[in-house]
Amino acid sequence: MNAILELRGRVIKGGRAEGEALVSSQPISFYGGIDPDTGIVREKGHELEGKSVAGKVLIFPHGKGSTVGSYIIYRLKKKGVAPSAIINQRCEPIVAVGAIISDIPTIDCVDISNFKSGDWIKIEDGKIIVERR
Amino acid sequence: MYLSKDEERMLVGEFGYAMQKAMEILIALGKIYDAEKLIPITSAHISGVSYANVGEDGLEFLEELASDGKVLVKTTLNPAGMDLDRWSLMGIDREFAENQLRVIDVYRKMGVEVTCTCTPYLVNNMPKLGDHVAWSESSAVVYANSVIGARTNRESGMSALAAAITGRTPLYGLHIKDNRQPTVEVRVPQPDGEFGFACLGMVIGRLVGDGIPFIKGMFHAEPDELKALGAALASVGGVPMFHIEGITPEAKEYADRSMEKLVVTEADIMSIKKEYTSEADPDLIFLGCPHLSLIELKKIASVLIGKKVRKKLWLCCSKHVKLEADKLGITRALEAAGATIVCDTCPIVAPVRDLGISVVATNSAKGAWYSRNLNNFSVKLLSTEECLREATE
Repeated sequence: MNAILELRGRVIKGGRAEGEALVSSQPISFYGGIDPDTGIVREKGHELEGKSVAGKVLIFPHGKGSTVGSYIIYRLKKKGVAPSAIINQRCEPIVAVGAIISDIPTIDCVDISNFKSGDWIKIEDGKIIVERR
Repeated sequence: MYLSKDEERMLVGEFGYAMQKAMEILIALGKIYDAEKLIPITSAHISGVSYANVGEDGLEFLEELASDGKVLVKTTLNPAGMDLDRWSLMGIDREFAENQLRVIDVYRKMGVEVTCTCTPYLVNNMPKLGDHVAWSESSAVVYANSVIGARTNRESGMSALAAAITGRTPLYGLHIKDNRQPTVEVRVPQPDGEFGFACLGMVIGRLVGDGIPFIKGMFHAEPDELKALGAALASVGGVPMFHIEGITPEAKEYADRSMEKLVVTEADIMSIKKEYTSEADPDLIFLGCPHLSLIELKKIASVLIGKKVRKKLWLCCSKHVKLEADKLGITRALEAAGATIVCDTCPIVAPVRDLGISVVATNSAKGAWYSRNLNNFSVKLLSTEECLREATE
């Protein structure tokens, strides 16, 4: 693993985390789109369908759908299947509120085309370090 | 974003867990929308009350907040999933009822008034022209901005609660005068009654998306008619407010503005009704989406006196309005005719599917839209008079 990239973004929820990147080029609806008990993406036809967000650094453009999504993020956290961190192109209120009430470090204003699923990501407040094999 | 010394202390937790979480939420929203600072609010209105929507997880988080959280401003609550007193008459099961009452208790503990209505402005949460408030519930948001001239963004339940706990909201969107300007002029025929206004709301909502319409061509409008118009507008699109020439308080400022012009015809308004023409007999007829005012209850009573209701007819209102109706003998008259007054809830947020209902009739364009799209009911959209005729035939 080599550190290949260091980026800075805007802190939505501060904190330190690391994990394997799971990248989606499509927006994510937490309410209805992710199984709250398993962390598996279940939205039909979504590019992450069938994949688990548990423990991952989840990278996607922005959230969508119902504001109940904030509570789904909270439930994922309580069940131990939440992402370890979130990186957005442009965070919106559903994800922001969910991340804050669940204490999941979250950064936005980052060009997410920099990331590939499988990268190892370390984040600390606004700083992101990307390691790739 | 600029924070005062006190706000910084709230953020680091000097005033407890709830204040800290609430402040974090408002600051995140402030960043997302480029707010320069937080501003004080005079009232809040919170959605996210039905146990069917909040769920066990939402409830758990609310309980954490309530461990040391209290609202700082007048704060009212949206409808719950059942009539808080007469839930068993509605057919709600005990387990749901107990969970629903836990949600209510948590809000009460935080100092929220358990009004359980989508019409806070009918239960003494009445801001003044120019007041900054933080309201959720899209129909109430539109009413506050348009009819009262108070200023609120379309809050979620959680952001409205965060604002209530801190007494603040980020300065962006409709709190700023420039963002309250109309974006499109819509010329309309004078609609007829609440039902006509509701159908007009559907038409305009589809035309303007999340814009702000400047409506011309109306001669008069009652508050209840504007309530129906706003509810329909907000349910099909993202419309946060409207102006009506000669009627709403901020309209005169934009009278001479030139903007894109649209025309709505009588036929456009009538076409909404044709979208909801279920042939089946309704299992439930409901009026009161948004919740009925005292005046509306009186009108319904005057139609029903001496008649016999033969179908399930729900008249949905706040407990506050029902208590006023009790005093005037209206409740007794309505119940004698066979109608059921349902408080604290409505067929959109109550678990009505479990009550064996699949076909509904209503005079509410918003109610029709959600009954079809959220609850998968077949729907008949009728005028108030037609609904009452259907109920008594």
